Amino acid sequence: MSTELFFQYFSAGITYGFLYAIVAIGFNIIYNATGIINFAQGEFVMLGGMTAISLYPFMPLPLAIAAAVIITTIIGALVEIIFIRWLDNPSVLRMIIITIGLSILIREAALFVWGESVRSLPYFNGNSISSINIMGANVSPQVLWVIGVCAVMVTVLSLFFKLTTLGREMRACAANRLAATLCGINTRNRITLSFMLSAAIGAAAGCVMSPITYSQYDMGPGLAIKGFTVAILGGLGNSMAAVAAGLLLGLVESFSVMVLPQSYQEIIATTILLLVLFIRPHGLFGNKEAAALKEF
Amino acid sequence: MKNFFSKTLTALCAVGAAALFCAAPTMASQTLKIGAIIAETGQASFLGQPEAKTLRMLTDEINAKGGVAGKFKVELLLKDSAGQKGKAVSFARQLIEEDKVFAILGPTRSGSTMAIKNICEKTKTILISCASTKKIVDPVARYVFKTPQNDSLAVRMIYREMKSKGITKIAVVVGGTGFGKMGRMFLNKLAPEYGIKVIMNESYSPRATDLSPLVTKLMANPEIQAVVNWSIVPAQTILAKNMRQKKWNVPLYQSHGFGNIKYVEIGGPATEGIIFPAGRLLVADSLDASNPQQAVLLKYKKDYEAKYKEPVSTFGGHAYDAFNILCKAVAQVGTLNEEKVRSAIEHMTFIGTGGVFHFSPADHSGLKLDAFDMLTVKNGHFALYK
Repeated sequence: MSTELFFQYFSAGITYGFLYAIVAIGFNIIYNATGIINFAQGEFVMLGGMTAISLYPFMPLPLAIAAAVIITTIIGALVEIIFIRWLDNPSVLRMIIITIGLSILIREAALFVWGESVRSLPYFNGNSISSINIMGANVSPQVLWVIGVCAVMVTVLSLFFKLTTLGREMRACAANRLAATLCGINTRNRITLSFMLSAAIGAAAGCVMSPITYSQYDMGPGLAIKGFTVAILGGLGNSMAAVAAGLLLGLVESFSVMVLPQSYQEIIATTILLLVLFIRPHGLFGNKEAAALKEF
Repeated sequence: MKNFFSKTLTALCAVGAAALFCAAPTMASQTLKIGAIIAETGQASFLGQPEAKTLRMLTDEINAKGGVAGKFKVELLLKDSAGQKGKAVSFARQLIEEDKVFAILGPTRSGSTMAIKNICEKTKTILISCASTKKIVDPVARYVFKTPQNDSLAVRMIYREMKSKGITKIAVVVGGTGFGKMGRMFLNKLAPEYGIKVIMNESYSPRATDLSPLVTKLMANPEIQAVVNWSIVPAQTILAKNMRQKKWNVPLYQSHGFGNIKYVEIGGPATEGIIFPAGRLLVADSLDASNPQQAVLLKYKKDYEAKYKEPVSTFGGHAYDAFNILCKAVAQVGTLNEEKVRSAIEHMTFIGTGGVFHFSPADHSGLKLDAFDMLTVKNGHFALYK
């Protein structure tokens, strides 16, 4: 295979890998704060994209995207405050069913607001046919936007969790909520913040990917499955591992086209998910002992 | 006392039943119940929406005039199949068994139509499908008709065009739907007749959001002179986009499943230059006055666009044809007799949006190659390809 061809597959794989990683990180942030998987994560991505598309006719693109991210963040907060916050020590199963219900609720609301139609934001640079030549391969400039924005988000997030007080407090909540409360941290507020954060990054990803993948009210579940696969593959709760796992899945999907028909692509993620759950439920980079201590 | 009570009850029942019996025949003879199974939502909604809108418009129109032939009020029972086969089957059963409809229009999609073809045939319910594949009418089922041009004809149109350009080696890419599968079959079967070799066969998921790896795979084969992209789902424009992004400029042919300007809108400049066969509705304004279809096309276009403020699509046209063929046959026969109406359709010549239909007992599609023109996308609009 020529380098040019290799790079074509590679760039597509990386683009998707980062998208999956962002969704997976959204899962992880909330998982770390609450111990549950928020199955409405894909809906945050959809809401970001669709809101930006609706706002775009009235304001410049960067403003529309910023507004969409803020609106989705507020929705994320509302979701937590209305549906999760008042639950007193709920079981994992109950919380998961609530998030599944939420995802259906948000999707139906989106169908009501935006209808069926497939929409997209304009390309940030050039249009749907412009491309730049990198190492002999033609890639759309939007691909660079996706990779860039996602990479920045991942870096900023990991710095946030490592270096800022707020970030450390959130990690403390994740490690031991009781101890965190005893130290004077308001754990409920940190959980709300985790929903806001994951809604925000989901929405931002939804905006940058919209020109490439289009946006539609029912795009959430598909993304959520991919993101969930990646989160599990990397090891739940570990954001850097999610990036590695995301890139792995993206690349596998992209290169699989050489041997498998594209229509089987959807199967790959599901197969990986099942294999990981059977063989290595703590993920590629996870710790078996640590996973065994967790409720879920 | 008990005796008196039960007698009264019996009498009441008898009166009630008698009233029902008297009322029923007069009611039924006045109402033409038409069932419609349309993919108003789901992946085929770019097809189903204009169909549903068209059927509602025509029902209102004809009822405002006092019904079919001035005596049969039309009652339209429109069911949204969401493009799913299973739903189409259960709606078909419901329409036939519970609602006792006279005929069914639709379904929108080929797979759904094939799934209910036998049900309609067995229950002697007239079915006029808005889906394209030739399999719907081949083999012929006595009660099953269709209005879109056969997919095999679309394949022939494309191959004829390729032959005139000297294209001999092509790649076939289909969406993983019923329409895609049938298209692939005809594309491969008819290629040798035109001296064309299909050197790559690929398919993509109807939910695909990016096809650049697939395009990369195709590009790796330098022998490919043209690509045929056979699909009805929005993903069909993604292929065009990824091809043009990669500066791969071989001619791209699409099916008649591309005939909604919304596909051009979401695909943007990448759709420029796509060549596809379609009925004349999309270029109604540029037809000669001598064309027999012109009056029909312009009227439908004007009515639809005035009512819904959006451009017509060929798919709405298929529903227009189906509805009008049924109404014309009912008007001709004058009674609601399934067998007679069926036979009337079978011998009908009808000028519709899809072409001039010549139905016969052996041909329940009624359209020939001349129903198509080759169109292209020029500056974001559909135009005749010359």
